[in-house]
Amino acid sequence: MTLQQVELTSDDLRHLVSQRALDGETVLLNMGPQHPSTHGVLRLLLELDGETVVNCIPDIGFLHTGIEKNIEAKTYEKSEVMTDRLDYLNTMGNNLVYCLAIEKLVDLDVPARAQTIRILFTELQRIASHLVWLGTAALDLAAMSVFLYCFRERERILDMMEMASGQRMMTTYFRPGGLWRDLPEEFIPTLEQFLDDLPARIDQYEDLLTHNPIFIDRTKGIGVLTEEQALGYSITGPTLRGSGIAYDIRRAHPYAGYENYEFDIITEEGGDCYARYLVRIREMRESIRIIRQAIARLEDGPVRSNNRKFVPPPRSELGTSMEAVIHHFKLWTEGFPAPADSVYVPVESPRGELGVFLEGDGGPKPYRCYWRTPSFVNLQVLPLLSKGHFVADLVAIIGSIDIVLGDTDR
Amino acid sequence: MQIETALLIEWVVKSTILIFALLTGFAYTTFYERRLLALIQVRIGPNRTGPFGFLQPAADGLKLIFKEELIPANAYKFVFILAPILTVIPALIIMAVVPWGGAIELFGRQIALGLTDINVAILYLLSVASISVYGIVLAGWSSDNKYAMMGGLRSSAQMLSYELSLGLAFVVPILLAGSMSLNQIIEAQRGVWFIFYQPIAALVFYIAMLAEVNRAPFDMPEAEQELTAGYHTEYSGMKFSLFFMGEYMKMIAVSAIFATLFLGGYRGPFVDTYPLLGPLYLFLKVFLSLGLMIWIRATLPRLRYDRLMAFGWKILLPLSILNVFVTAVIIVVFGL
Repeated sequence: MTLQQVELTSDDLRHLVSQRALDGETVLLNMGPQHPSTHGVLRLLLELDGETVVNCIPDIGFLHTGIEKNIEAKTYEKSEVMTDRLDYLNTMGNNLVYCLAIEKLVDLDVPARAQTIRILFTELQRIASHLVWLGTAALDLAAMSVFLYCFRERERILDMMEMASGQRMMTTYFRPGGLWRDLPEEFIPTLEQFLDDLPARIDQYEDLLTHNPIFIDRTKGIGVLTEEQALGYSITGPTLRGSGIAYDIRRAHPYAGYENYEFDIITEEGGDCYARYLVRIREMRESIRIIRQAIARLEDGPVRSNNRKFVPPPRSELGTSMEAVIHHFKLWTEGFPAPADSVYVPVESPRGELGVFLEGDGGPKPYRCYWRTPSFVNLQVLPLLSKGHFVADLVAIIGSIDIVLGDTDR
Repeated sequence: MQIETALLIEWVVKSTILIFALLTGFAYTTFYERRLLALIQVRIGPNRTGPFGFLQPAADGLKLIFKEELIPANAYKFVFILAPILTVIPALIIMAVVPWGGAIELFGRQIALGLTDINVAILYLLSVASISVYGIVLAGWSSDNKYAMMGGLRSSAQMLSYELSLGLAFVVPILLAGSMSLNQIIEAQRGVWFIFYQPIAALVFYIAMLAEVNRAPFDMPEAEQELTAGYHTEYSGMKFSLFFMGEYMKMIAVSAIFATLFLGGYRGPFVDTYPLLGPLYLFLKVFLSLGLMIWIRATLPRLRYDRLMAFGWKILLPLSILNVFVTAVIIVVFGL
């Protein structure tokens, strides 16, 4: 087939828009990919009757990175650095799910201390992600100060990540079999100070928004997602819990030791933007609770598995042990082989079910790597939610389902 | 003949002073807004250009002058260029009737601080204020841009819903002072400011005034998050800065009008002995009113435009009608 043959004419696209739009009764409007409120490069083809949305067609692919495909061309460990770039607000979570998939595929153990630190950081990352969400969602409704307050707190989380991993956002801190390195000494006091400050700060955001009549007016009853619709569209994460369904992968399919932690699954009735807002606010408080438990159970010990076939030996051994040099050489030149088997590991990312399907072929590179990303799945519900609402509400709805375009187009 | 020449010179000088005050005021209102917003939002704000960033408005102005002027290919060119002018001129002339102080003695002449004192000042304010909405509607319509058009339409819908309440809020000081002249309204506030007699009218006026100048939470015509930039999406360079200028000068003008109607205008301690204190008091009141506007912008989310209409028609309008009615009855019954 030549290029000429696949070229679309306007007739081929006619089915996308209604007859009313073609007759000029309604207006077609391209919202995005460059638009302040589409959270990145989402393009929406809107059909508007006045300011009422008649139809909304999301168009994705503007941030396609090819990471998923690229992972197949690299060894297991080397690809991990790319997973940070998928959902750039949930870097630790991406690392976690990828490492968990590898660990499950090759049956690798993770020391207890590493497990605890992993939980600590994924929850910290959840707070950071929710803070960015809260800030941008509030900014979509023009509550501009909340945005800056949220980023002030997020900055402290990023500082802590830098403290542990050397990077603010693209951390690559979790590695197959444990962590890159142990926490620095000053980390825990800094974290505790932050946890002491945060609840009061969350109260401040709530003062500005939760009981604000304008905010309630703009979010309550807007973009209502019923339980059936949420399940029908495979919605997960806070968006699902905002519709009153208590489903959380941390509880339903525990991973990384979540079964040992006490926390509540936050749900809210209503299924509207306001319910989704409340879920995320309360989840931040719940994450603080989990982090405190994690700090309490943090005990001394190794942070990397001792299985030298998969985990590189510490640098100190390289000068004394021939075996260590061989392992190091093998791991860095060809990587470790994984059995010809397939695994699927889901985790609860701040946006919903983030899953990795990994299939090995006996060699050091995966045969297939597929990411089930929450933003992509949750975005599908946007046309349903936005129909009949105003453009101003559409902006609130996009904000409330919390999409990250890097996560949508991987 | 002699006197008329002097009068002419007086008017020209006063107009020049007024225009310069407004232009400088516009530039420094943007600076004030940026610094105050930064303060509220735990940021620093512009502080690099000159001491404390005082030259920032000049730098911004220079930048805008050197920006490329773009006119969309399918825009209605004449109206496209006319629209910013229509926005900025009412903002410049609206201050003409607002007095800035009492009379001073200069070169043996009694000179009133204030461009003119006409007996239908309030009507003048209302009519001039309404002109600038044409600028916004025409800008939205002539840009050949759907976002701009929606901004323009929102703006007309918005004007319909607040203008009536604004007019009724004007009635209350007229009733209290028994005159439409701003000077006499200020004189009537010699003892107690009208905001203490009429807090409801002052509140209605302030809300309607925020809608009038398209400030948050009523900035729907230019709602950045929804319409990218609303009616001025297609404008660039100086044409954009004219809209910007119009908006900020109107902020200053309505603040001055609010101060005049409800906060005693230029009146303050010792103003009778030292008339030159008048402009200073007016400046302070305008400064505070602008600060309140900026504070509101930093705090409140934006209303939806249909909600603004509902708010305007169902709450503000009945409230102001009731307020005018009660005030009128009290004045008649007690013969104030």
